[in-house]
Amino acid sequence: MKLTLKIWRQKNQTDTGSLQEYKLDQLNPHMSFLEMLDTLNEQLIIKGDDPVAFDHDCREGICGQCGVMINGMAHGPLPHTTTCQLHMRSFNDGDTIYIEPFRSEIFPIRKDLSIDRSAFDRIIASGGYISTNTGQAPDALAIPIAHEVVEAAFDSAACIGCGACVATCKNGSAALFTSAKISHLVLLPQGKEERAARIKNMVQTMDKEGFGHCTNTEACQVECPQNISVLNIARMNYEFIRAKALEK
Amino acid sequence: MLTTLSRKIIMALTGLFLCLFLVIHLLGNLQLFLPTEEARLQFNWYSHLLSGNILIKIISYVLYLSILLHVIDSVIITLKNKRPAPRYQYDQRGRASKWYSRNMGILGTIILIFLVIHFKDFWYSYKFGNMPVDSKGQKDLYQIVVTAFQEWWYVVLYVIAMIALCYHLIHGITSAFRTLGLYHPKYVRWIKYFGLAFSVIICAAFALIPIYIFFTMK
Repeated sequence: MKLTLKIWRQKNQTDTGSLQEYKLDQLNPHMSFLEMLDTLNEQLIIKGDDPVAFDHDCREGICGQCGVMINGMAHGPLPHTTTCQLHMRSFNDGDTIYIEPFRSEIFPIRKDLSIDRSAFDRIIASGGYISTNTGQAPDALAIPIAHEVVEAAFDSAACIGCGACVATCKNGSAALFTSAKISHLVLLPQGKEERAARIKNMVQTMDKEGFGHCTNTEACQVECPQNISVLNIARMNYEFIRAKALEK
Repeated sequence: MLTTLSRKIIMALTGLFLCLFLVIHLLGNLQLFLPTEEARLQFNWYSHLLSGNILIKIISYVLYLSILLHVIDSVIITLKNKRPAPRYQYDQRGRASKWYSRNMGILGTIILIFLVIHFKDFWYSYKFGNMPVDSKGQKDLYQIVVTAFQEWWYVVLYVIAMIALCYHLIHGITSAFRTLGLYHPKYVRWIKYFGLAFSVIICAAFALIPIYIFFTMK
């Protein structure tokens, strides 16, 4: 398989960067997208060029590290698939593929395709947890939770924090990410205790980081590798109004 | 400082109030479909009734305030979204959402331009202009309306504005309920159908008025 790649190259955070063209030959269509990039990097290293920096870790679609815009779509053309789970068979021989980093002012580019998503970490740190005593693990069945509630909470918890929602959103909003974390916790009895403080703090942090307003275009759910529902955003809004209404 | 969520709540509340107003406005305007002379007396009587009523006056101030807040808030939101908005050299993000959902600002601007013309020609004329009177001595707003809709380009302008309004509402109504926290899948589905039906029925009915007058009252 033969490909022309147009890859965003940027030396560091302050560099302006540009698209550079590379040609690859004799690719195996069963390679993953990241393996294709590995192949390119091997060739670049042999030539003495600077390899393309990109984020990756587990390569099994659960860590949320990988994630690039492929032909202008977050994680590429396949629905609900991470970049590492995308294979070259999804492209045609002779294709030109544009590869750009997830972009937003809030996710500064560190180098090439590698971005700084620490704004997400700060949102989590401001309320995406429950306060509990440390020590022995509590009895798993001590608190009764209905199966459908567990499933709903797990659906929200499936968010891997890759940032595709922000990268796809025309407003650069982090509503889907933040709401998934909020819903996951508030659905469970352990998470209900701190619900008011959590929603206020997490929304405040989300705003402080500079993410945009959610205008409900629903593009985030379409491009989300985990198919996180936009109804999480509705629940976040509900939690926010509830917290404000019951404020003392 | 308002949060991103609060600003959207203002958009939702003012928007839904304006939707409610559209229903009342349309019900009043349906009188224009009556036979000419009956419509004239009925419509002029109704306009006079509205302009003299203190309750209507209060509601009208809420209406002006809602329009202003909705517009100002939308401008603030649009400007604030500029900084975090992603920009790509090669962009195919359009596949994931509807055009009208992404361009509420353009649709809203068309509606705003329409509103300025609409207010100037009917609201301003009625309140401050030299109005003809009908056989009962009431200000003849009916005549003004019928005269205005004799121009084909004026009818086209109204129809275009109603198409823009229709798409604005299709997105706006479901979006407003989401912003107000409606998360139950069953009701979300109902609101989606309700929003679609509401938008199409209201806007089609409004658009039919100038078309009806243009073709029946030469």
